[in-house]
Amino acid sequence: MTVTNSPTSGGNAVDKGGDAQIPVRPDDVTLTIDGVEVSVPKGTLVIRAAETVGIEIPRFCDHPLLDPVGACRQCLVEVATPDRDGNVRSMPKPQASCTMAVSSGMVVKTQNTSAVADKAQHGQMEFLLINHPLDCPVCDKGGECPLQNQAMSNGRAVSRFDDVKRTYPKPINISSQVLLDRDRCILCARCTRFSDQIAGDPFIALVERGALQQIGIYEEKPFESYFSGNTVQICPVGALTGAAYRFRSRPFDLVSTPSVCEHCASGCSMRTDHRRGLVLRRMAGLDNDVNEEWNCDKGRWAFTYATQPDRIELPMVRGTDGQLKVVGWPEALAAAAAGLSRSSAAGVLVGGRVSTEDAYAYGKFARVVLGTNDIDFRARPHSLEEVEFLAKHVVATAPGVQSGSAGGSEVGAAPGSVTYADLEAAKTVLLVGFEPEDESPIVFLRLRKAFRQNKTAVFAIGSVPTWGLKKMGGTLIPALPGHEADVLVDLTSTEVGRAADAGLGEGGIVLVGERLATSAGALSAAADLAATKGARLAWVPRRAGERGALEAGALGSLLPGGRPVSDRVARGEVAGVWEVARLPDTPARDTAGIIEAAVTGEIDALVVGGVDPADIGSAHALDALERAFVISFELRESAVTAVADVVLPVAAQAEKLGSYLNWEGRVRNFEQALTSNAVSDYRAIDMLANEMGFFLETRTQREIHAQLEALRAWEGRHDVVLDTATLRAAKAAVVTDASRGEYLLETWSTLLDAGRMQDGEPFLAGTAPRAVARLSPASAAVLQVADGDLVTVSGPLGRVALPVAVTKGMLDGVVWLPTNAKECAVRAGLGSDAGHVVTVSKGALV
Amino acid sequence: MTDTLTPILTKFWDEPQSWTLETYERYDGYKALRKALEMEPSAVLGAVKESNIRGRGGAGFPTGMKWSFMSPPDGGPRYLVVNADESEPGTCKDTPLMMANPHSLIEGVAISSYAIGCEHAFIYLRGELVHVYRRLLDAVDEARAAGYLGDDVGGQGLKIEITVHAGAGAYICGEETALLDSLEGRRGQPRLKPPFPGAAGLYARPTSVNNVESIASVPGIILEGPDWFKGMGTEKSTGFGIFSLSGHVANPGQFEAPLGITMRELVDLAGGMRQGHQMKFWTPGGSSTPIFTDEHLDVPLDFDAVVAAGSMLGTRALQVFDETVSVVRAVARWTDFYAHETCGKCTPCREGTWWMRQIMERLENGEGSQDDIDKLLDICDNILGRSFCALGDAATSPITSAIQYFREEFEAGMHTPAHVLFPPEKSVLFDVAPAGSKDSAGLSSGMVTA
Ligand SMILES: Cc1cc2nc3c(=O)[nH]c(=O)nc-3n(C[C@H](O)[C@H](O)[C@H](O)COP(=O)(O)O)c2cc1C
Ligand code: SF4
Ligand code: SF4
Ligand code: SF4
Ligand code: FES
Repeated sequence: MTVTNSPTSGGNAVDKGGDAQIPVRPDDVTLTIDGVEVSVPKGTLVIRAAETVGIEIPRFCDHPLLDPVGACRQCLVEVATPDRDGNVRSMPKPQASCTMAVSSGMVVKTQNTSAVADKAQHGQMEFLLINHPLDCPVCDKGGECPLQNQAMSNGRAVSRFDDVKRTYPKPINISSQVLLDRDRCILCARCTRFSDQIAGDPFIALVERGALQQIGIYEEKPFESYFSGNTVQICPVGALTGAAYRFRSRPFDLVSTPSVCEHCASGCSMRTDHRRGLVLRRMAGLDNDVNEEWNCDKGRWAFTYATQPDRIELPMVRGTDGQLKVVGWPEALAAAAAGLSRSSAAGVLVGGRVSTEDAYAYGKFARVVLGTNDIDFRARPHSLEEVEFLAKHVVATAPGVQSGSAGGSEVGAAPGSVTYADLEAAKTVLLVGFEPEDESPIVFLRLRKAFRQNKTAVFAIGSVPTWGLKKMGGTLIPALPGHEADVLVDLTSTEVGRAADAGLGEGGIVLVGERLATSAGALSAAADLAATKGARLAWVPRRAGERGALEAGALGSLLPGGRPVSDRVARGEVAGVWEVARLPDTPARDTAGIIEAAVTGEIDALVVGGVDPADIGSAHALDALERAFVISFELRESAVTAVADVVLPVAAQAEKLGSYLNWEGRVRNFEQALTSNAVSDYRAIDMLANEMGFFLETRTQREIHAQLEALRAWEGRHDVVLDTATLRAAKAAVVTDASRGEYLLETWSTLLDAGRMQDGEPFLAGTAPRAVARLSPASAAVLQVADGDLVTVSGPLGRVALPVAVTKGMLDGVVWLPTNAKECAVRAGLGSDAGHVVTVSKGALV
Repeated sequence: MTDTLTPILTKFWDEPQSWTLETYERYDGYKALRKALEMEPSAVLGAVKESNIRGRGGAGFPTGMKWSFMSPPDGGPRYLVVNADESEPGTCKDTPLMMANPHSLIEGVAISSYAIGCEHAFIYLRGELVHVYRRLLDAVDEARAAGYLGDDVGGQGLKIEITVHAGAGAYICGEETALLDSLEGRRGQPRLKPPFPGAAGLYARPTSVNNVESIASVPGIILEGPDWFKGMGTEKSTGFGIFSLSGHVANPGQFEAPLGITMRELVDLAGGMRQGHQMKFWTPGGSSTPIFTDEHLDVPLDFDAVVAAGSMLGTRALQVFDETVSVVRAVARWTDFYAHETCGKCTPCREGTWWMRQIMERLENGEGSQDDIDKLLDICDNILGRSFCALGDAATSPITSAIQYFREEFEAGMHTPAHVLFPPEKSVLFDVAPAGSKDSAGLSSGMVTA
């Protein structure tokens, strides 16, 4: 007897309890695998269908994110299909389950139920092993090797091969960080398919043939892809190894901690593998919503920065002799508290690397202890226009949560912030002031996937047609640096612009990069464009902590949750949870404002958390730090600790727990991998507050989360009221005079550069792109230079000589430089930034 | 079935300049093209279909059916690619055909292109065949000058261009999808199917890959009609084919005959076995087809009867070996060939041939071990039907069939070298260096080209 439930009754959707079935979707295909009935979407591969019912078919070349190849033949199964009359007929040969799509009524017998399949699999395994060196005892992969594991589960116990094995000299470097042991390679083509299909960097290939087939590189072009580490991870044997990890450890000695990457706002899920207090390697974690199964080489290999000799482990106070000396925590806190108490006004500079929790503590400290709104997380070129933009369009959005309804956000009706999945499904994506491959690599991978699989049209407003753009199938919409706003406003004046404009109208997305902040009017123009086209809009900062810091109240004008400081109700809500009578309502200074005020003496104390003054792009940053009383929360010796009065050591990411928000606004929790005495910034801030007689309640993550929870979502408006006193005039349009060697500067940070968080990893640094000055062919002709010739680029503070890379399709009159390469520091060295006028001359001037 | 020869493609090979347009036209050349151009393309295709001609490249898939399986025209390019890679050991029919009568192929390409809507056809030629390459280039030039190719074929505004492409000499590039990869400039390795070439072949466009002889047979079918063609051969293997006899027959060479002729008849036509010797074993269709012995002399050489007898018609490459030849030694050479020619893409063929080659070498040297024969058979079992393309399967054919018929010779390989049991100098037709010098004899192998 069955009882039919009405779907509206709230009961189970199926008609009987006990053996409830997963409902079959209309276009599902039903087949039988080892006697178990399975329903899967049309087009599913047999090997995937088997996984859904827990049947694991051994495999090597198969990878769910790569196009099938059917090369290893390990996944053979017996297949029978119904003929026209419905008689189920066995196919004469076993079939590769990784290349065969399911069909209705198919009967699959895997190694579990078919002697033929089982023998076929044993046979392939034996073949794979005859030429394999079996050097498992010294192989990095030993202990976590799919070949080893499946040889145990699906292979013969004893080898019948007593002949001569193929050997190769081992290993060879295919880049400075990836090594290849050709004898271990089973030629599954995972690495080559990854590089070709996913990354779009086909710098490794299968070469030669037959038993001598091997992975090779083009001599003049080593495997320098930002994503090369993924090949090491997906290689099913120990053929590809990372130079940094090779021979360092056995997998079974490692402890793994789930984590997320601290290097950018992509928000990659990650696994940190460590042994006896030392991180040995990091792997990409699986997160289908974010990084799928990939990460970039920076995230994978840049972790030694925390163990450099200049790491600060103990608090320090500057003595009367001007030298920092190590002191105990109580003494350091006392000195810091005393300095702050003496000061008339203090400001807080928070770097973009902090966790959301740390940012929250800095924000609360500024308001509650220092009584100021002078706090800013933007240790980079920024603008007031950006504050307005962030307040209106970014803060308080998350996947599934749209920016406050009353906030005046007209960003279409789609729910929540833009996500990776949205990018993948979008018809059109317009990038402005944003180079995804360098500035948010997983956004790049997702856009490439969107282009490959869904024919998403990518457009970029900028002045340089990049290799990255090409890999996304993208089109450049030319704009001189600093003039992005003009192009956005007048998008339909060019043919490519019209194409983008039309695409945006039908389910498009606009992605703006953080560096657009300094291009006057551009952020507003991008928001207006999105609004008029009904397109969705997202902001992609570079650093991992910026998005969380915005949310946590580390931007002066906004309290946690995007509550405007200028709003009495908002202040009241926060004051209530913080249990203080009132919060400062003074207008907020931004990073530049704080620095100016410190130079003039209006501010005489600075609390600085992990900021590199060279990043800020202000000529006065060092001056400000020298003048003020400075408390530095730091990991390692830096330009700030060099002038700080008190230095408080804090934990590196692997030594603490916390979370970031990635560019989507998605929470990315990370656990503490290493046991450590080091304290997180929030804890150190709490101790300092304590010393000053305040109970900040930021001792633990739990305390912080409890407060954030109590604050709940802000229902009011997000608009910030800008203080005209600190408003600086928008830049006047700049004109360049090519006859005087004047060029407009375009610049962004390449993924691998001189960033201090890549210190201590020479193998990684070895694959960083060579610093070049990019010029259009016409500009190069004017300067009479060719590829590789040196040019000197001069700014107000200095000059740099770099080889030229003549770049087709680039705008004339523009020179591109990497912002922060070892050989080229644009902000601190030249004193310039994107959109500024620089002079370019032939040869190396001294 | 008839026991007479049917010289059609080979009809005038003995003309002094058989390869010229002038000679070809004297023998009714390009009449079929003119006739075809007066028909609808679909009618041309229909005639080929009606003739039931099965592909002459080995697999025997009906040519007309292959054409009709191509994706329907969508305005974009469609390609005909002629497979002239002929690299199978023993196979030597397309090469002399293109040498002696290249225009039969060119005319066939023109007609076939018209039938399937192709404006640019390719002939993919085995790299080593430099002489043939020149002949083909000249023939294409001649045909173009005569208006049989070009932008206005037959004065009807029809476009048919032919590119002759010389490969780099790889057996695997005869496999149709590896051929397409090679033609596109990649390394020749078979492609994953589907998509099949008929849907997405050359440059991902609908493509038909056909053997030289298949295409060269098309003019006859058009000119004389499908019934004429079906009048030859057997019911399911219609028409004629070139049978290439090599090895220990009195007069080796090309014999064009109806399908279904027997080996006994062919050996007779070739003047019998080498004087004073008997048939020991032979390949019906090249090294990839399981060997036959004197038991099989009366098997009709058509697609189905050969399969029923345990082998394949393949490319009608009949290599004949008499009783002086060590089967172990012959198989060892073929195994060397497959180990050399495996493309390396898939595990069983790449690794299995590497392994079998070493075992065969051992057996040939009389150093085999007790379990080598069973091991060989088991390795073959793990390759056959498990590899990515048919090359892997082919590598097992000589071994399994040779063990089936001559197991005791393999057993002898556990103690006595093949050159002792079967001194190679007995197999050759010329005097060899001082008896007992193993090296010099080794050079001549068991395969003789008279
Ligand atoms: C390893 C291998 C080599 C082959 N070599 C040739 C060849 O040289 N010439 C040829 O026509 N077919 C060759 N084939 C068969 C082709 O794949 C294909 O079946 C044939 O060209 C189709 O032409 P047809 O239909 O006219 O026979 C080969 C197949 C394999 C697996
Ligand atoms: S190096 Fe590794 S991933 Fe690449 S083909 Fe070899 S086994 Fe596969
Ligand atoms: S893409 Fe960003 S988050 Fe992901 S690994 Fe690289 S630096 Fe880390
Ligand atoms: S069977 Fe495999 S290795 Fe052999 S030729 Fe075909 S694809 Fe290449
Ligand atoms: S996993 Fe299926 S062939 Fe490799």
